[in-house]
Amino acid sequence: MVPVTGTELTVNGDRVVAASDPNTPLLTVLRNELGLLGTRFGCGMGLCGACFVRLDGHVVASCDTPLSQAAGAEVVTVEGLSDHGRPHPVQQAILDGQAAQCGFCISGIVVRAAALLDENPAPDEATVAAVLDRNLCRCGVQRRIIEAVVGIGREPR
Amino acid sequence: MSESTQVSPTTVPADVLANPRLGSWISVTDDGLIGVRVGKVELGQGILTALAQIAADALGVPVALVRMLAAHTQLGPDEGLTAGSMSTAQAGVALRHVGAAMQTLVAEAAATTWQVPLDHVRVTDGSVRYGERSASFVQLARTVSLDTDLLSVDLRATRRDVTGQGRAVGSSHARLDLPDKVLGRPRYIADLRPEGLRFGRVIRPPSPGARLDGLDEIKLLGLDVEVVRDGSFLGLVAPSEDRADRAAEELRAAARWSEQDLLPDEDAVAEFLRAGPHDEIEVMSEDGSLEDPPAGASTVSGTYSRPFLVHASIAPSCGVARWDGDTLHVWSHSQGIHRLRDAIVAALPLDPEQVPEQVIVEHVENAGCYGHNAADDAAFDAVLLARAVPGVPVQVRWSRQDELTWGPLASAMVVDVSAHLRDGRVVGWRHDVWSQGHSARPTYAGAPGLLAGHHLADPLPAPAAGDPPLTGGAGTTRNAVPIYDVGPRHVAGHRLNRTPLRSSAMRALGAFTNVFAIESLMDEAAALAGIDPVAFRRAHLSDPRAVEVLETAAELAGWGRDLPDDTGLGIGFARYKDKGAYCAVVAEVAADHEVRVRRLTIAVDVGLVVNPDGVRNQIEGGATQATSWTTKERVRFDRRRITSDDWESYPILRFSEAPLVGVHLIDRPDLPSLGAGEAAQGPTAAAIANAVHAALGVRVRDLPITAAAVVAAIEGEVTR
Repeated sequence: MVPVTGTELTVNGDRVVAASDPNTPLLTVLRNELGLLGTRFGCGMGLCGACFVRLDGHVVASCDTPLSQAAGAEVVTVEGLSDHGRPHPVQQAILDGQAAQCGFCISGIVVRAAALLDENPAPDEATVAAVLDRNLCRCGVQRRIIEAVVGIGREPR
Repeated sequence: MSESTQVSPTTVPADVLANPRLGSWISVTDDGLIGVRVGKVELGQGILTALAQIAADALGVPVALVRMLAAHTQLGPDEGLTAGSMSTAQAGVALRHVGAAMQTLVAEAAATTWQVPLDHVRVTDGSVRYGERSASFVQLARTVSLDTDLLSVDLRATRRDVTGQGRAVGSSHARLDLPDKVLGRPRYIADLRPEGLRFGRVIRPPSPGARLDGLDEIKLLGLDVEVVRDGSFLGLVAPSEDRADRAAEELRAAARWSEQDLLPDEDAVAEFLRAGPHDEIEVMSEDGSLEDPPAGASTVSGTYSRPFLVHASIAPSCGVARWDGDTLHVWSHSQGIHRLRDAIVAALPLDPEQVPEQVIVEHVENAGCYGHNAADDAAFDAVLLARAVPGVPVQVRWSRQDELTWGPLASAMVVDVSAHLRDGRVVGWRHDVWSQGHSARPTYAGAPGLLAGHHLADPLPAPAAGDPPLTGGAGTTRNAVPIYDVGPRHVAGHRLNRTPLRSSAMRALGAFTNVFAIESLMDEAAALAGIDPVAFRRAHLSDPRAVEVLETAAELAGWGRDLPDDTGLGIGFARYKDKGAYCAVVAEVAADHEVRVRRLTIAVDVGLVVNPDGVRNQIEGGATQATSWTTKERVRFDRRRITSDDWESYPILRFSEAPLVGVHLIDRPDLPSLGAGEAAQGPTAAAIANAVHAALGVRVRDLPITAAAVVAAIEGEVTR
């Protein structure tokens, strides 16, 4: 079943052909074949959000998304959110607010929050909290993260 | 110059006495920074940033000139475990001494080069000066011998400041490790990609006590997989991660196990803990404490419990190992790399002549870890699998299911506590706690304490967990002695010494449940006395630091203010480990069809604050995590298997459930720094339980305080 040509997709704006078996989780392809280690493995069951990426705009758990589902699609990972080395506003806000402890959940949270801000540039606390409910944080930094994201919408642009 | 040419050994910190070589602590990096290596490790708590601040001040350089290097068994100092909120106290004190010694050596180098008196050489902000002359600290540091014995450096003669507060200490320096973690750069152990890396998986038994009877014929065709089996230890090494996962599925399906029903009834855990056999821990039994209550006194008592909990780190544990001839190199997120190394040496049949240089363990960060989780076990898994492929680095990453079921648990606990009360005062106290042990770290009780060792054909012993000694903060009985003036006290622990469930250290150890019990009973006693809970506590406190923390939290929370129906305020207070940080928590809880912790208002005294925002973050996180433990968490099992093996069966606090947390620090610049990571847990649990009582008039004594538990408690009061 190993494909002869591989699976074509776009990752962070670059066209790539992934040679991995099409059933391989997208996360494994990103981390190993493509060397994009910013997307983290947390549970492998799509339940913690550490591996969130955007697939044609939708936020998905890359650990339970097979490579085949990304064929022809546009994937954006945490690495693709920074602009020429400038952190995404969510990343900057998290750094400014020191809104992390171990940081392992942060990549997925950044991806999810960035997608929210695309739709709603000034979400309130309840909206941010509800949207991030699929992201787990064990260190207990939820409130700092909510404040950081809400703060972005309040800043004059 | 002073008369002494040698610093008195009594002034030298223990960690420096144990690691006297300068080069264990200090180096100059290739890119011209001062490398600082400690034996404590970053767990997401920000400790390396706080220690960099301390080191910078002691050296006389800016924080930007300091690079914190990973703990390493061969290159760095052995400072034991990163545990018990002792890192600032131990490594911080050591770094003040080491930094002052290095500063002295650098100043001496300048004095010698310039042929000027040492007394007038000044070291500030990375520069060394004498009059008009100056040189860079780093330039001079390169000339200092790393083999210098720190005990030979005369700090007194040069009057280098070894204790004072400097420029970096006291500031909220941004975490040094966060940019990598927030910007999605490789930083965690699973991100290591050494040349030739292969991926390993372990197929764990399905239940405690299960044995591997055999393997059905398997077809790992084309996967290029090395299978490793030793008794009931079953694993594989594959050239890629996806092949490792596919092969692991096939191997799991092919494995035939025999299982036994060894586990207790999950609805009768208290009875299981009380049944024994026990190791008895006598903490104190003061005269009169076991006598009948004095005349005119009434007695209030309660039984409080928590279930088994898990660490539930967001990353599963991971280890990397490579066998190179006589050298075994291990990368691990262990909290105690030296003990891990010793445990590996003890667990492997190595030629004793060739150890210990043969095994090198280096720390690499992983997700937050809240005690003894499976980090060490994963490292040993990697060691066993890598042995099958010499010269090749092997990364073993656990599954989420294994992380939640095979990592050491935090023991369930049950506490009977009672107080005699007369004229509004407590005049006698009794506290009995039943628990499994809280420490089974590598090399405990003479056993390696590495999970895979229990499954080998020639299995290594797996004794029940013990506890740190009473002088080391205890485990089962940690914080079992109330901070209050309560008359004669009897405090005892009863630690189960035979159990099928593996338990070890998780944040705060027994303090979480003991403080929950004590602080719940204080509220029950206050109610019986008809006195406000804060005033009641205040009346039983004689330590002024305790009083200030308690009163500050109450005041900031608006204690006594009017609240809507179904909403209540509750307080919890403790001094962690009796000699650590003081922490008071006021919880505001709304309890209607669900229990919602809306806000936690916290006052804390950690002595000298090294990094105020870092302390706040630790207290906020500790209290938020404790809210999760208190309101949601419980390890589930049937008589055979642990069944809570994912985030649906072991739910933890979600964003929309996280309380607002306000932290007020009472800085004590003249008093030693105390750790902050474990101060808030017990007080938070008690504050929530007391707030539920304030809201509904019902007391939940068995955690977690779920909506169902509240309903059950209401029904229990009705039928009582």
